[in-house]
Amino acid sequence: MSGARILGFGGYQPDKVVTNDDLAELVDTSDEWIRSRVGIESRRVAADDETVADMAEAAGAKALAASGLAPSSIDLVIVATCSPEVPLPNVAATVAYRLGIVAPGAYDLNAACAGFCYALGTASDAVRAGSARNVLVIGAEKMTSWIDWTDRSTCIIFADGAGAAVVGPSAEGERPGIGPVVWGSAGDLAERITITGRTGALRQDGQAVFRWATTSLHPVALEACARAGVTPAELSAFIPHQANLRIIEAIARKLGIPRERLADDIVHAGNTSSASIPLALSRMAEQGRLQPGTPALLLGFGAGLAYAAQVITVP
Amino acid sequence: MTDQEILAGLAEIIDEIAGVPADEVTPDKNFVDDLDIDSLSMVEIAVAAQDKFGVEIPDEQLKDLKTVQDVVNFVSKNS
Repeated sequence: MSGARILGFGGYQPDKVVTNDDLAELVDTSDEWIRSRVGIESRRVAADDETVADMAEAAGAKALAASGLAPSSIDLVIVATCSPEVPLPNVAATVAYRLGIVAPGAYDLNAACAGFCYALGTASDAVRAGSARNVLVIGAEKMTSWIDWTDRSTCIIFADGAGAAVVGPSAEGERPGIGPVVWGSAGDLAERITITGRTGALRQDGQAVFRWATTSLHPVALEACARAGVTPAELSAFIPHQANLRIIEAIARKLGIPRERLADDIVHAGNTSSASIPLALSRMAEQGRLQPGTPALLLGFGAGLAYAAQVITVP
Repeated sequence: MTDQEILAGLAEIIDEIAGVPADEVTPDKNFVDDLDIDSLSMVEIAVAAQDKFGVEIPDEQLKDLKTVQDVVNFVSKNS
């Protein structure tokens, strides 16, 4: 079985910027409080009429362009999302149609903030097994439509956006560009992050999630590195889900990964759930912080509680 | 372990996690009001305390531990 690799990626963020000062007018909080607790300075919020599919389409188009592939070369579209406007239809088929991808396999996947890594893992496996030739993987979220704007523990964290990657076969004789996925879940902690009801709002037990994330995830990251045959010291970048700057800095410290190699897109993007990893990847590339051909570690984690990690080769 | 030893160990942890000099960590100090330690740092302190003293401090308990003495008492009682 040959391997799979990322051929191109891209991200999309809505235009509207919401600053901490803006939020301080809605709830009892402050710029200093938010920066010190979660590390966010500003975040992007979708327009009222802007949908998950709209953002997914925009990111997907960028990833397709970066890959150099024609839409007709894609035969599977996976959209990781936990915030679609409606249960049906799924987002993936609509986005595929809009991008001119004709009759691909198309499904949505919900592993919340870990969704992109789950989708990337299954896309890689589909390519390796031959059930797909090239896969468009998208993480797209409109988290702000599930937020209680009077709950200061959550409304300061979540945001909107989308990111995407095109996955295709590795070149002949080349080592796989997407390493084995290491995934799992902790359903005993499922009640710590919930949205109950179709019109409900996201609730989170911040302390419990913080404790879990800062104590349980670095072994997952280490296993993903081991299975890819690299050490943390060899990673050119660590791109964890942009949950909270303090969580990801703590995980990076435990892995011995220096701060300059850690993705910190959360500062200006907020927590965009399944979109955060491909968005952060795109940001690091724009900033010139990624070196093509080098290994980078992705680590998704969130509601479920679900987690997944893999090492990719930067395209 | 004596209360004095627990206090000294706790002061070391708080210095490392929150940057509060050890000599400021006295029994009567309130974490939030006196030491400016937030809820997430309290979780980090609880995790570090578990490693150091072998005593688990669950989140549910953590809410009730408001002063340095509260933590010393909890560790002392459960170790």
